[in-house]
Amino acid sequence: MKIHEYQGKELLSKFGVRVPRGYLVHTADEARQRAEELGGTVVVKAQIHAGGRGKGGGVKLAKGADQAQKIASEILGMTLVTHQTGPEGRLVRKVLVEEGLNIARELYLGIVLDRSTGQFVFMGSTEGGVEIEKVAAETPEKILKEYIDPAVGLQGFQARNLAFGLGLSGAQVKNALKFFSALYRAFMESDCSLAEINPLVVTAEGDVLALDAKMTFDDNALYRHPEYAELRDLDEEEPLEVEASKHNLNYIKLDGEVGCMVNGAGLAMATMDMIHIAGSEPANFLDVGGGANAETVENGFRIILSDKNVKAILINIFGGIVRCDRVARGVIEAASNMDIGAPIVVRLEGTNAEEAARLLEDSDVSFEVGRSFQEAAEKVAKAIAN
Amino acid sequence: MSILANDNTKLVVQGITGGEGSFHTRQMLEYGTNVVAGVTPGKGGQKFDDQVPVFNTVAEAVQATGANTSAIFVPPPFAADAIMEAAAAGMDLVVCITEGIPATDMVRVHEYLKHRHTRLVGPNCPGVISPGKAKIGIMPGFIHTPGKVGLISRSGTLTYEAVKQLTDLGIGQSTCIGIGGDPIIGTNFTDALKLFNEDEGTDAVVLIGEIGGTAEQEAAAYIKESFSKPVAAFIAGRTAPPGRRMGHAGAIISGSEGTAEEKIATLRAAGVHVAESPADIGKTMQGALS
Repeated sequence: MKIHEYQGKELLSKFGVRVPRGYLVHTADEARQRAEELGGTVVVKAQIHAGGRGKGGGVKLAKGADQAQKIASEILGMTLVTHQTGPEGRLVRKVLVEEGLNIARELYLGIVLDRSTGQFVFMGSTEGGVEIEKVAAETPEKILKEYIDPAVGLQGFQARNLAFGLGLSGAQVKNALKFFSALYRAFMESDCSLAEINPLVVTAEGDVLALDAKMTFDDNALYRHPEYAELRDLDEEEPLEVEASKHNLNYIKLDGEVGCMVNGAGLAMATMDMIHIAGSEPANFLDVGGGANAETVENGFRIILSDKNVKAILINIFGGIVRCDRVARGVIEAASNMDIGAPIVVRLEGTNAEEAARLLEDSDVSFEVGRSFQEAAEKVAKAIAN
Repeated sequence: MSILANDNTKLVVQGITGGEGSFHTRQMLEYGTNVVAGVTPGKGGQKFDDQVPVFNTVAEAVQATGANTSAIFVPPPFAADAIMEAAAAGMDLVVCITEGIPATDMVRVHEYLKHRHTRLVGPNCPGVISPGKAKIGIMPGFIHTPGKVGLISRSGTLTYEAVKQLTDLGIGQSTCIGIGGDPIIGTNFTDALKLFNEDEGTDAVVLIGEIGGTAEQEAAAYIKESFSKPVAAFIAGRTAPPGRRMGHAGAIISGSEGTAEEKIATLRAAGVHVAESPADIGKTMQGALS
């Protein structure tokens, strides 16, 4: 689960991580008022769930309240396009107005899960403010890593390795050590899957603060944090994905024209790939899970068809424990309850597949039956070409 | 021969009285798996289906029955604890089916298991089956057929698809291992390949990977260096967009890391026969064997 920068900073400051003074505002007038309170130079930052906001024109310096108002009025309501939003961009509904800092150095700090070692790893780099993936690819030696032993947590020497490795000295070191340990505690106690402070800034006065904060929560741990529900911003999510999640369906919208409904995530991805190979493109990823009955199929149809790009539907179910004849009955029932208006190709394999094929062929609804994975994908691509 | 699951398997099912646990215990019994015990705290002393004794703790179950393998069907908040309980009771193999365990829990489990001999498969996986011998998990038994090809996969239904293709072509399987779709898993591709390398009953291996992480690349390095048998592979997710989690918690392209293209290229460079299409996994294995 993603949250906004301002929410990440609020969370971090509760754990004692230093962040610049700032306020979230929804209007240019409020921006002016807050800029006056903060005094001097302020930064106006678009709040959307995507990186690259600065390059896209969503982060600007304002010298005083008048300019803050003007900049906020430009950013609020703009459609911000960054390398992470896709070409359609994201509407900016709120901005963070923050005090300007006397920045001496910009560094990078992050905590991520290292899959190979099964440990969390604390990363630091002197290359702050740029994409860490780029640093990792081009100059991996510039990334410092400290693997966290879960039995003991982040140790003092590890924090010192990072602080001195980043070239800090004097009071900066003391401030950085406090920052690192607070960030680690925030990460672990909040069940994060990612924390990125990019940049971490060192001011001319030797203070160490999080100028930006990207925090992501582990979806699997949300049950331990019911309070996160109010941090969710539905405006930042694809409406169809929000709707699907209400029905416990795992749906991700894509750009193609073949709607797909599949049981199991791996098979769902493979089905997308198969559609591509057959010469068309998938409109979505949809995993209906283990129990594909009439209700889940109906909800699936409704969500797939809400996407106006969809020209045909491919249903690919591998019945294991789930019996294909039951799924077929569900598909027939759902299809006769609603006006689908797009060709449907169904491929059911596994337990009772023969009976399922017969049921589909004998039903009043017009299905094309794909006897194999490949045939199904080819039939659906052909249905679109016609 | 086979690996992990075989005629010596004495299985205890943790969460045997729950909905999933009871359903799949019946399926496993029907397949012929030697289910010797069940564990549900507070229900010790009962008998599951008048057949399988239920215990309060795994330690008691081991003491009474000599169980050496555990299958875990307990809900996510209690699953990490269940894995550690099984390891503490001395299990050789723990197969955790549960999906949705928090990563911080699995980091602790991973550390705990480092100091014990127990092998973990999963979590978030369909389990392990050695056709004709033992089924530990939720896969449909009937699609499998005994033979000499091993299979390792991060997926569930896509694995069944691949197994069906092999069976239809007359290619039997020694053992099929679903290693799981989470970022932290007990047994990875390389671990499973090492077991198959030593197994005289396995002549070749099918590897089914997907986007996210670098486990396939690590497997490719091992294959190139030390794996002596033919390998066929398929990598799902060529059409998956970056930055999105495709169902499995571990199926996500982060930055430029974990793309299907990179995995396919690395596997090919290691001499692995990679299927272009998921419909050709069986055929690709057939080609690699001839």
